[in-house]
Formats: sequence, structure tokens, C-alpha cells
Amino acid sequence: MIVQDIVEKLGLKVCSGANGLNREIEGGYTSDLLSDVMGNADENHVWVTLQTHKNIMAIASLKELAAIVLVKGYEPEADTLEQSNEEGIPILSSEEEAFELTGKLYEIINQAK
Amino acid sequence: MEFKFAIEGGNFSKAGSASSEVKKILKQLNVNPKIIKRTVVSLYEAEVNVVAHAFEGCMNVDIDTDKIIVKIEDKGPGIPDIDQAMQEGYSTATPQVREMGFGAGMGLPNIKRNSDQMNITSKVDVGTEVEIINYFG
Ligand SMILES: Nc1ncnc2c1ncn2[C@@H]1O[C@H](COP(=O)(O)OP(=O)(O)O)[C@@H](O)[C@H]1O
Ligand SMILES: [Mg+2]
Repeated sequence: MIVQDIVEKLGLKVCSGANGLNREIEGGYTSDLLSDVMGNADENHVWVTLQTHKNIMAIASLKELAAIVLVKGYEPEADTLEQSNEEGIPILSSEEEAFELTGKLYEIINQAK
Repeated sequence: MEFKFAIEGGNFSKAGSASSEVKKILKQLNVNPKIIKRTVVSLYEAEVNVVAHAFEGCMNVDIDTDKIIVKIEDKGPGIPDIDQAMQEGYSTATPQVREMGFGAGMGLPNIKRNSDQMNITSKVDVGTEVEIINYFG
């Protein structure tokens, strides 16, 4: 399962980092607390959050996450978007809330396993 | 091998850049990925603590054949009660910092879990030094 697959299956908007749409997804983590993500997310995870500032990219890059999915139609800030393009780690956006989106992601990622 | 990276207090847009440099070096040295991951988590948390809680600081990195020793020193308010600061959930972060998703009080516990050795020394109104040691073997 790659990032492009969840974009298509869930109709997500690709805000930035389109050059990373072929990154492999192996799981996910949902949290808005940065230390929680730092401590518990893992490589190749998709991260569901409402945080939009640049530090989410620092974390995505350090943890080698597959992609970030913003909820409730949130969009990344300009410098966040720029780093996402540079690193090739996509930031996606969904109109749904974290609960619904996480449920759907959980299902499709586990079906693919 | 020794390296030194500056950390700016209050500048969140650069938070994580020192840790990112160290990660690159460890990757070039072909250090076990699991150990790189642990080291990156602990360095990031220590770096963010300087940004969030202190005025300025630096990350001093010493890489040996068998281990990495990192000292993160800062000039800042210091930590009056280190045992209390180590408790999961304890944080003095401002509401603005919390809104960004920092200040969950999980940083020092993350360092503890992701290092082989962790030593904190601190002087109130002077500064703090966090030493992190991870073995490659
Ligand atoms: N470098 C530092 N200088 C001053 N205080 C610090 C420093 N690092 C940690 N602290 C204190 O320890 C507390 C707990 O740190 P931590 O577990 O990283 O949680 P957080 O940073 O989310 O508050 C901080 O809220 C702060 O009071
Ligand atoms: Mg912290």
C-alpha cells in the first residue's frame, strides 16, 4: 500500500509533497501532541493530525513517516508546505474529523496487509 | 568525531534542525537504524526543550566507535525539581506552546525511554545540561 492508494480510496487532497506519493505505508498514528507522535509513531506510518505548523514536517522527516493527513479541511502553512515538497513527504487533507478518518485508514491499511 | 550545533531559544521554526544533522551523520556512519531512531527521539526532545524553555543552547556530539555521547547545554531558567520534571505529564509550557502540540510533559520521559544513559544537571536561573548516551552494540 502506498500513499497514492489512500489518496484515491479516501478522496484526499494532495496539498504538497506529491513527489512522495509512492512512499510505502505500513500503519498509522493519530495524535495532536508532538511528543506523543515522536515517542509512538513509527517509520512508514501515516500521521493524522490537526496541527499545520512547520514542526510537523520536522517530526515527519526525523521519524521517516509516509505522509501527514490533516483533518477537517485544514491546510499546511506556507513554510510547512515548502519543507514537505523538499523532503518528498506528502501532506494530504481530508474534510473528515480525526475519528472517521482514522477508522477508514485503519480498515484499508489492514485489508492491504 | 566531535560536532557542535547551536540551538536558538524561542525559535520553533528551527526546532529539530540540530537533531536532523546528527541523524544524517549517524546514517552516513551506517549505525544500526534502531539505535538511530532511539537517538533521534531523545535528541529531538532535548533540543525542543531548549527552544521551549531556555534562552539559547547548543548540542555537543561526540561519536565513538561504540557509542554516541550528546550533551545539550543551555542558558535558561534551569529546573528546580528534576524528579518532578521527569514525571510524565508535568509541564510548565505556556498555553501558546501547548496549542502547537508541545508541552505534553512527555519529552523527558521520551528521552529516558530512548537512551541507554541520561543525566540531567541544572542550576536555577543559570541553565541545564542533559547528557544522552547510546551504545551502538
Ligand atoms: N532545558 C530546560 N530548561 C528549563 N526547564 C526545562 C528544560 N527541560 C525541561 N524543563 C522543565 O521540565 C518540564 C518537563 O519537560 P518535558 O518532559 O520535556 O515536557 P514539556 O517540554 O512538554 O513541558 C518542562 O515543562 C520544564 O518545566
Ligand atoms: Mg519537552
